[in-house]
Order: sequence, then structure tokens, then C-alpha cells
Amino acid sequence: MSMPFYVAPEQMMKDRAEYAQKGISRGRALIGLAYDGGIAIVAENPSRSLHKVSEIYDRIAFAGVGKYNEFDQLRVAGVRHADTKGFAYSRADVDARSLANLYAQYLGQVFTHEMKPLEVEILVVELGVDAESDQLYHIAYEGTITDEESYAVIGGEAGEIRDRMESLWKAGMSLAEALRSARSALAGPDRELVPDELEVAVLARDDDRRAFRRIRGQELDSLLSGDSRRQPKATRQGGKASPAPATRARD
Amino acid sequence: MSPPLPLFSPGEDPGPNFSALLARLGPAAPAGGFPTAGPISGLRSPEANWQAGGAAPRQLVDGLPHGTTVLAVRYAGGVVMAGDRRATEGSTIAYRTMDKVHPAGRKAAVAIAGTAGPAMELVRLFQTQIEHYEKVEGVALTLEGTANQLASMIRENFSMALQGLVVVPLFAGYDDRRMDGRIFTYDVVGGHYEEDAVAATGSGSRDARTTMRLGFREGMSREEALDLVARALYEAADQDSATGGPDQVRGIYPTVAVVDQAGFSYVEEGEVAQHFDAVIAARRAGRGDRS
Repeated sequence: MSMPFYVAPEQMMKDRAEYAQKGISRGRALIGLAYDGGIAIVAENPSRSLHKVSEIYDRIAFAGVGKYNEFDQLRVAGVRHADTKGFAYSRADVDARSLANLYAQYLGQVFTHEMKPLEVEILVVELGVDAESDQLYHIAYEGTITDEESYAVIGGEAGEIRDRMESLWKAGMSLAEALRSARSALAGPDRELVPDELEVAVLARDDDRRAFRRIRGQELDSLLSGDSRRQPKATRQGGKASPAPATRARD
Repeated sequence: MSPPLPLFSPGEDPGPNFSALLARLGPAAPAGGFPTAGPISGLRSPEANWQAGGAAPRQLVDGLPHGTTVLAVRYAGGVVMAGDRRATEGSTIAYRTMDKVHPAGRKAAVAIAGTAGPAMELVRLFQTQIEHYEKVEGVALTLEGTANQLASMIRENFSMALQGLVVVPLFAGYDDRRMDGRIFTYDVVGGHYEEDAVAATGSGSRDARTTMRLGFREGMSREEALDLVARALYEAADQDSATGGPDQVRGIYPTVAVVDQAGFSYVEEGEVAQHFDAVIAARRAGRGDRS
């Protein structure tokens, strides 16, 4: 008769944590940060269709790193939670805090009770009426939930990136400044990130009910290249103006 | 205690369908009492409805608020959709400020005529469904897909239609593929038909439709379309007692919305008032004609 080996609980948790951390650190990181008109999320993601950053509800966004299928499942669950809650009560009753708590509970549950922990870290962001009431919740693979101020970094090499972000961080940055500092924090000193390798979305504090908007293509290029103010004028060769259209993302 | 995170095994997953999600969640849904048979509260299967005695008592149905005339017209680059503001309970006016035209996704509008309660519920469900699909799938439904979705929702409401709680919407939007406005009409059993240029539903729809048909011209401008819509609603209110006309005393004018390439937008009340005032002025000028 075989006897199961005794594994000390400390060891078991340590093994699981190591396993999850390993999975997460293989993936690329992302940064959520406040700017003067809302919150921007900048992710290193070469794919244009497999999003790391998505809309959950009117003023709530989701960002995940790690295993795509695992965080995407969490994203869809978040959309379902928010839509059913908003439908049953009212749109104003949907908030990021309760969703973040649900995620935390679920991740914690899986971490302690399942064979394999989820190899994900997620960010749940809610745009407030002003910068003070913005919320950034960082939820780790084992269910730890942290309420971050101003910016949050998740994913591989998060420690280094957070250090770089801290030195670049300024309150009240414009969108262009925020995106550029997030890009250099993600890239580090040894490499450059081109716009095609970034996935960028914002929760913009304007009049739209749905605050979530993807920034890509020409708009992203001009914001990152730093000549967003000059570009609409005909400064390019041949007098060909290339206006930076505020293309509203349709997905 | 909030409900648990709505996660499903692959076999149970409702996909991007919000009604199916509500049905799957059942009592676990936030408000507790979501219907499990269908999306609209109080819904029964047609069989159960027949067993329960068929149609609801006439006084009951008559005593519920009903929305009346809504219409849509295509113009060069989009569609205009409008509805009067009146809701009636039998022969009494129940509300004077009801909005019957609502956005449905970024580039479409839905307008409702019929029993106000289930109609508003249908609109809310429809709006949630469109947005839910877009968020879950990552891409928006096409206009055609949205029109089909609405048809299936009306079909699910069929048992209530048998009870006399009839909901007949009008759907219109801007089709990005065709680069033009499109209009769809529905019947109570969920049949839907694409209209070429104009459409109207509700008690005053006959007069509205005739007026629009006579005044329609291919390639109208937005202004001309707004004029036509004002004329059509005026005629409908003139002939149909359940349709509210422009109320200059209270300053209540019909709801008018435009859907074009840029998306859905309501026409400002001031602008709507101008068009109606023009219609009234023209009538006054031609007083000799007492048709």
C-alpha cells in the first residue's frame, strides 16, 4: 500500500508560489498610470488581437499578464459580473472594488485548493470623478490585493520596471508624457520599444459614458514620437498634413 | 455577500449572449430573481401561457401605459429616427415626456411602440446585450447581426404578446460595410424586414408612413430628413389621438435622433422645435386648406 509523501504546508505553498511566479515572469509587463485626463494602461504586447488590456464597464478597465487563457477567462467573468450587476441594479452600482475582491477571492481559492495556481497577475482600474477618486487594484496570483497609488506595474521584471517608473513619475503628466515615461520604464536602458510592440488604452475623463478607448496606429505614433502638437499642422515634407485622428476604438 | 465570480466550464459557457448568461446564473444573479426561462421578467412559455388562460384581461392591458408612434427615414449618409412623447392608458394620457428612441450600440438606434413596461425592459436588455457582446468578443456586432439579435429577443417575448403585451420596435443604424443607413421593422412574432427608405410603427404609423412616403426623395440632406420627420409626426398626431404632437405650451417636442458615420446622437431640442415650428407656420399660412 502506497503512502502519500508528507509535504509540509510551508513547502507546498512555496512550491506553488514559485511555479506561479515563474510563469508570470516569463511574460512581458504592463504599467497602469494616471495622467492629467484619466488613467492610461501601457502593455508590452506585440499582438494586435490578443489583448492584455480590455474594457469591463463604463469606467472600469482590466489588464492581465501571464498566461493568456487564464487571465482572459477572468476578464470575461469580470464583464459578466459587471453587466449582470448593472442590469439588475443600475450602472452606477458597478464598482471596481467589489470586482477586485471577487478576483482576489477566486485567485486565493485556486491558489490554496487547486493543483495548479493561476499564472496571472491582474490590474483592475476604475476612473473616478477626479484624480483623487481613481482606483488601481493590483491582484497577485495568490489573491493578494493591493490598492496602488498613481501607478502600478505587473508582469515580468516588475521590480526593475517599478524602480524606473518611480524615477520617471510626475504628478499631472499629459497623456503623451505619461505614455513616453511608461514606454521607457518598460523598455529599460538597453532597448527601444516601437509603437507596434505596445498595446495602449486609456480611461479618459471626458463626457462619454464609456470611458475606455484604445489608442493605436497614427494616434499612438504621434503621441509617442512627441510631436503630437506639431503634427496636425503641415510640417511634413510635401506639405502633406497627417492629422492625428482621435479614432475611437471599436473593440 | 456578493455573488461569486461568474465562471463557467467550457460546456456551460454562455458565450457572448447576455440573455443566456442570465438564464445560466439563475438565482445566483445579483438581484436574485432573474427569470430562468427567458430574458424578460414574468415570461412563460407559450404552452404555459395557453394553459394559464390565454390573453390577459382587456382592462389590465388597457390600463397599462402604451407608447405610440415611432418612425425612421433614411437620408444621404445616415438615418433619422423619431418618436412622439406620449404614452396612453386606454383613452387617458399617462405620460407626456416618454422617450421612445434609444441608442443601441455606437451606430444604431432602437425605437419602441407598444406596452411601455416590457418595451423599456426590452430596450434595456437589448442595449446591454449589444455592449456585452462587444466586450466579450472584442469586436462589435455588425448592423445585420444586431438586427437579428433584436428579432430573437422579440420572439422570446412572444408569449407576452399573446397576453396582449405587444412590443413592436423599429431598428435603424449606419452600416459601416455599406456606408449607408439601414432600417428594419419587426412584427410581434420576431419576423424582421428591411425597409428601403421609410418606416413607422405604432398607432399613428399609417399617417406618418404615408407622409414620409410622399415626401421622401433619394439622397435627402439631414435637414430635409428632419423636416420630413417633423411633418410626418405632425400628421400622425393630427389624426391619431394616442400620438402626441409638438406641445408648444409645455415646450415638449418629439425625440429625434440621427445615426450617421460618426455614430448615434440626439438632435437638440431647440433644433427639433425649429422644424416643428416651421411645419406649424406653414399650416397657418395655408389656412384655407381645411383637410
